[in-house]
Amino acid sequence: MKKNVDYKLKIPSQTDNLELIRNFVTGVANKVGFGNDDVSKIELAVDEACTNVIEHAYKDNHEKDIDIAVKLDYQKLTIIITDKGKSFDMNDIEMPEMKKYLAELRVGGLGIYLMKTLMDEVDYVTRADGQNEVTMVKYFLKNHI
Amino acid sequence: MSDFSVARNDMNNVSVISLKGYLDAHTAPVLEEAITQLVDEEKINIVVCLRELDYISSAGLGVFMGFIEDIRDKGGDIKLAEATDKVYRVFDLLGFPMLYDILKQKEEAIKRFTATK
Repeated sequence: MKKNVDYKLKIPSQTDNLELIRNFVTGVANKVGFGNDDVSKIELAVDEACTNVIEHAYKDNHEKDIDIAVKLDYQKLTIIITDKGKSFDMNDIEMPEMKKYLAELRVGGLGIYLMKTLMDEVDYVTRADGQNEVTMVKYFLKNHI
Repeated sequence: MSDFSVARNDMNNVSVISLKGYLDAHTAPVLEEAITQLVDEEKINIVVCLRELDYISSAGLGVFMGFIEDIRDKGGDIKLAEATDKVYRVFDLLGFPMLYDILKQKEEAIKRFTATK
């Protein structure tokens, strides 16, 4: 059995680092054998999560850091994105009903919808120490879900 | 720094903007500025060529959403063309094909404007 492996990136909270963040997670996802479709989904989900942190949790304060950990075990890749900024309750954010959304031409707020659509599991918690943690999982095989 | 650029080509009554590179929260303001400029010049028949666009996130999609209502109210439109499979999948996930004309070739998109005039 393969042992668990972690990859970590600590990076300043600014949008011009999104490319580096994407390169980091797609590098790991490629390395462990995900196909192009899944790599693209992971790339976009992580971009959306980090964009939320940069723009909402840290409100564009570039002196803050985002921590990104990619953990691997034999059945899945888990990405944990941690920030010390403003928290929100992801469960309070309604998933947009697409027809209504299209009718209203609503701008923005699509990130969480995308994350939940692209990944197999998405969870958001504010820890006792005040840090916010988004955890997203992609399984190697769909039938593990 | 993400690599993203917008090239513009004005024709008779249609403006084609060709996007290249990575469209995310960092580069979306570049696209926003390009479309604002077109609207300011009353060039509201816009074809967006996506052939060389490698990546799009919701920040990029939000730019199109932000302008479409205003542009249609003025009698124009934004039509999208030549998206790669990867970029098209993101549009598709968010239901964009219901809302926007998405064409295989930019020539078809240009033709739709000239046909309705």
